Amino acid sequence: MNPRVLVQLARQLGSLTLTLFLSSVVIFCAVLLTPGDPVSAFAGGTRPTPEMIAAIRAEHHLDDPVWLQYLHWAGGVFTGDLGTSYVYRTDVVDLIAPRVGITVLLVAYAVVLIAVFGVGSGIVAATRGRIADRAVLIATSIGMALPTFVVAILLIWIFARVLGWFPVYGAGEGFLDELYHLTLPAISLAVLYIAYLSRITRGAVVGQLHSEHVETARVRGIPRARIFRRHVFLNASPQILAVSGATVAGLFAVSAIAEQAFGIGGLGSLLTEAAARKDVPVVQVISLLLVVVFVVLNALADVAIAIIDPDSVKPRRTA
Amino acid sequence: MSVAQLAGGRVSTALRRAARRDPLVVAASIVMLGIAVMAVFGPVLAPYDPDALYVGPISGPPTLAHPFGTDDLGRDILSRVLVGAGPSVLGPIVVVTISSVLGAAIAIGAAWFGGAVDAVSSRLIEVLFAIPGLVLAVLAVAMFGKGLLAPAVALSIAYLPLVARLIRALARQELAKPYVAALRVQGVGGAAICFRHLVPALLPALFAQATVGFGYAMLDLAAISFLGLGAQPPASDWGVMIASGQPALLTGAPEQAVIPAAFVVITVLAVNILGARVTAWAEGGDR
Repeated sequence: MNPRVLVQLARQLGSLTLTLFLSSVVIFCAVLLTPGDPVSAFAGGTRPTPEMIAAIRAEHHLDDPVWLQYLHWAGGVFTGDLGTSYVYRTDVVDLIAPRVGITVLLVAYAVVLIAVFGVGSGIVAATRGRIADRAVLIATSIGMALPTFVVAILLIWIFARVLGWFPVYGAGEGFLDELYHLTLPAISLAVLYIAYLSRITRGAVVGQLHSEHVETARVRGIPRARIFRRHVFLNASPQILAVSGATVAGLFAVSAIAEQAFGIGGLGSLLTEAAARKDVPVVQVISLLLVVVFVVLNALADVAIAIIDPDSVKPRRTA
Repeated sequence: MSVAQLAGGRVSTALRRAARRDPLVVAASIVMLGIAVMAVFGPVLAPYDPDALYVGPISGPPTLAHPFGTDDLGRDILSRVLVGAGPSVLGPIVVVTISSVLGAAIAIGAAWFGGAVDAVSSRLIEVLFAIPGLVLAVLAVAMFGKGLLAPAVALSIAYLPLVARLIRALARQELAKPYVAALRVQGVGGAAICFRHLVPALLPALFAQATVGFGYAMLDLAAISFLGLGAQPPASDWGVMIASGQPALLTGAPEQAVIPAAFVVITVLAVNILGARVTAWAEGGDR
């Protein structure tokens, strides 16, 4: 890679790190803005003695200045000490760790569906004539109005009562059984994003099809499939990748809905349950994890875009 | 022929012409009109008290007396859908109003003052963009408790970056136009340029963004209620109805969840169609 690309990448990385830092401050502030005293939350229903209050305050660093509390909390991300749940009185790590796997698997399954069907249908719409374009347009219009909870109840209705091909409850045991159980939840997560990515892909591909370099390649008699691979899709891919970070971070959040509907004990259902019981420390850590996912994926997408199209990271000319 | 009939005839020809040119948009407008009537007059139109138990059989199928059937507590689903329209529509309106006003104010400030104001507000907006709306809403529930208010305020903040990004770019374009410099030379004050010229020029784009945002807000708020964190039973919010109707899917009474879900989907579909049309109009007006 040429040095200018590396400098630009470093700047983007710095910007993302700053975003990560600032959003972690915002999330940290949640506990300060929450009405009520964390001590009474930790003490539960009991009326604590002064010694108990002092012990709780010392244990959870509540007497430290706010910036030190922040450093302790944020530093915990690296040392695996993520604070203590108000409700379970256990380490947040112990609550989260066993639930991460199933949610990651669910989101990954949905991402595969979104990539295959979203990009696929977008390309079909852009290249296979007017009728295909209209059909995909109508399908994606409907898809963009189908949120996870609606797809979930439709799938449960159809597969529980009518078809019965897929299980509609629980997460299953072992990898293949888990995949089998996660099929309907993954579809329910994917539908809206398939429609969204399909629109983005279509727009990007159509933009390339009408560009001069594709015209030139066509005139030079380069085979159509080759033009499409080398000149159209490759150049359209940065636009497609650019939306991926926000999309996948969003999927982890929306996963809560699929997990609720299909009775899966993952990160999302923990998030929902923790919010319902005002367990702020748990919600904070999961929120922070999602922001980390957002930042990391955006960084990866930036790197991928820089590799595909070094021109895109050249310093902007001053107008 | 009376005047009313004449006017009616003219209106219906105009409608027919519009329907031929843009049938989807006309259909979407009619749907939205219907939803608006439901939202305002729902409690009047409802044939039964939406919270009255056992006005019909438990999980009854659709009949003449109960066109949408009855739920697991024998409540009339039609009445609950009608009364639920109000909160289900009001929530998104609150969200888009707050996010549009605040987002536009921040964006115009950033474009106007530039420099440090622009840099700080842009950074702030990047940060908000990194936290998914649903997560911010759930965080708000954890802090302030269940209910629709905290998530609605949280979503208003979460949607702010989308508005601010768009309006900031457009405001910068507008301010770079020669007429703004001409106004300044003539000694027109900053506030007058802002409110008489800049804001009116931005309104179409702002309105388009608000229409699109309404659909997202409706889905997110319904999702929050579906998760049990928003409106609380026995409220007849559509999201709550979908969640509480879910178990009946397995016992052969799909109406309880599917009907409120259909109302959410139809509303969002209509809003999205109108949003695309309004966006095209706003962009066309710029050229």
